[in-house]
Amino acid sequence: MLARSPLARLPDRALKYGLTALAALILALIVYFFIRLVGEARPAFAKEGVPGFVFGNDWNVGAEHFGALPLLVGTMITSALALLIGVPVAVAAAVYATELCPLRLRAPLTMLVELLAAVPSVVYGLWGIFFLAPKLQGAEQWLADRLSFIPFIGGGLVTIPNYFITGLILAIMILPIVSAISREVMATVPADHKEAALGLGATRWEMIRLAVLPYCRSGIVGGAMLGLGRAIGETIAVTILIGDSPTLSHHLFNQGYSLAAVIANEFGEAQGVHRSALFAAGLVLFVLTLLVNGVARLLVARAARGSSSGAPGAPGASDMTAVADTAAGT
Amino acid sequence: MSAHGASADRLARFALSPARKRKDRLAQGLILAGTAIALVPLVLIIYYLLHKGLGAWSSSFFTTDPTGNTFFGGSSIGGIKSAILGTIEIVALASAISVPIGIGVAIWLVEYGRSSWFANTVRFFVDVLTGVPSIVFGLFVYIVLVVGTGSTYAGYKGSIALALLMLPVVIRSAEVILLLVPAALRESALALGAPRWRVIFNIVLPTALPGMVTGVLLAVARAAGETAPLLFTAAATLKTSFDLGGFMNSLPVQIYKDVTSPTTAVVNRAWGAALTLVVMILLLNLIARLIARRSRLA
Repeated sequence: MLARSPLARLPDRALKYGLTALAALILALIVYFFIRLVGEARPAFAKEGVPGFVFGNDWNVGAEHFGALPLLVGTMITSALALLIGVPVAVAAAVYATELCPLRLRAPLTMLVELLAAVPSVVYGLWGIFFLAPKLQGAEQWLADRLSFIPFIGGGLVTIPNYFITGLILAIMILPIVSAISREVMATVPADHKEAALGLGATRWEMIRLAVLPYCRSGIVGGAMLGLGRAIGETIAVTILIGDSPTLSHHLFNQGYSLAAVIANEFGEAQGVHRSALFAAGLVLFVLTLLVNGVARLLVARAARGSSSGAPGAPGASDMTAVADTAAGT
Repeated sequence: MSAHGASADRLARFALSPARKRKDRLAQGLILAGTAIALVPLVLIIYYLLHKGLGAWSSSFFTTDPTGNTFFGGSSIGGIKSAILGTIEIVALASAISVPIGIGVAIWLVEYGRSSWFANTVRFFVDVLTGVPSIVFGLFVYIVLVVGTGSTYAGYKGSIALALLMLPVVIRSAEVILLLVPAALRESALALGAPRWRVIFNIVLPTALPGMVTGVLLAVARAAGETAPLLFTAAATLKTSFDLGGFMNSLPVQIYKDVTSPTTAVVNRAWGAALTLVVMILLLNLIARLIARRSRLA
């Protein structure tokens, strides 16, 4: 008599299959999305060829030449700068919050860094172009003059919108996510490991270097990669700050363009092949972020295996990023 | 005496060498400096937002629509009423779409899919969705709903773009919270003879509710600040609209348009609108955190 009647089991079945269908719908949506995007991008690829589109160094709307290299390079340079500047600062903030700061300061400090995630991209752009860029122009010019012997960085005239300032703003924007993930993984370091290091006579820094950082390496790399994905896809702040110039600049302090910025800027008036080329730029952007996320996962998995002496029972990296993603409000 | 001297000698060998001490000081100093650097932009942004934004705020700023007249400065450029209302309408619809779907998928992942290959595939693709740049969502909605229907921009199309953006955040945060619901609670209910759906609706969901609300509010806060997906889906109109089927203004788009203006008064309106947007988002964050603090989970 413990068996339920088929009728009583009906809501159970309905819920189960309904929710399964919903989950399947998400998969279908992403596949559909990809197919449609490829379809819309096809005319541009047909005209330029896939390598011609991705690596062609000529984005000329008037002449209908669409080589996206200047955009791709702009995206790469600014994202790399963002990582270079943002990750050390973010990790330092995370180490300070978890290992060094007085317990009472920990919560407010965490909250302050996470406040950066609450500032919308367009506000970063506004602040960057009206405050940061003009204020730093003199310093950038000084740097460009001093480093004139280094190709690409030195020499040339500093423009207000440029690669460097864009990278700097992106670094600020990825700070909270990288810091949040680093902090989450640092919190999982067993107290035993830290106490063992201190008990053996390690200084604070030696304890951090020997017990904390190796244990967290995979998580920090994952966080940095997630930040990279964010930086590559960032649109509005970059559009405002990069200068929207479709020719490849040879100086760090000169204006350029990025894949996301070109879409935001030109899509409104685009027609025909031009519009298709912008869809193609979107597709390249999509594939690029996909690759970065894929590589991030791979690295995290390998790092987790590599540091197995330090990380048995370390939480799965993807769960960690999910938690931190929510925590950083992103 | 000699024994005492020997132990002091031994102790001295354990004392920090000056080099190690220096290194420790240096490293701690660098870490502290890094933390300070992380806080500098926050202070500067908040200062400038308040400084410039409060200057733009006035009662008519919130009660008038922006005018297309941007050349004469002063009150003739209007306020941001249509942008505030537009943001609220678009984001409310986006939440109404993404929250039920997102929580549904999260329930499926935790209660039914668990660690089956299909569930892991869904998780992977949801993570993929998290990494998709927001402007690409705008393109997608443009392809399907603007080109696809042969019509033009509309508020609800912007909502759908934002809903896609919110979906992965809602799913993953809800999943994390649902996983925290103790298995013992589910098992006790099942042992008492409750069918699975009653366990989910009467036991699991109420327990997880506050935590899920937090995740949802954070997703809403993220969506509210997005500009890129709205550019070619909802577009900009200057008029206040309550029709989600028509053009709709929003705060981020209004700010983006004003940033490029050569007129100081219009840029000041952008600062005022930016302060308004940040205050709205911070309020959502604050509420989310208060609810999270009262939650029994996590």
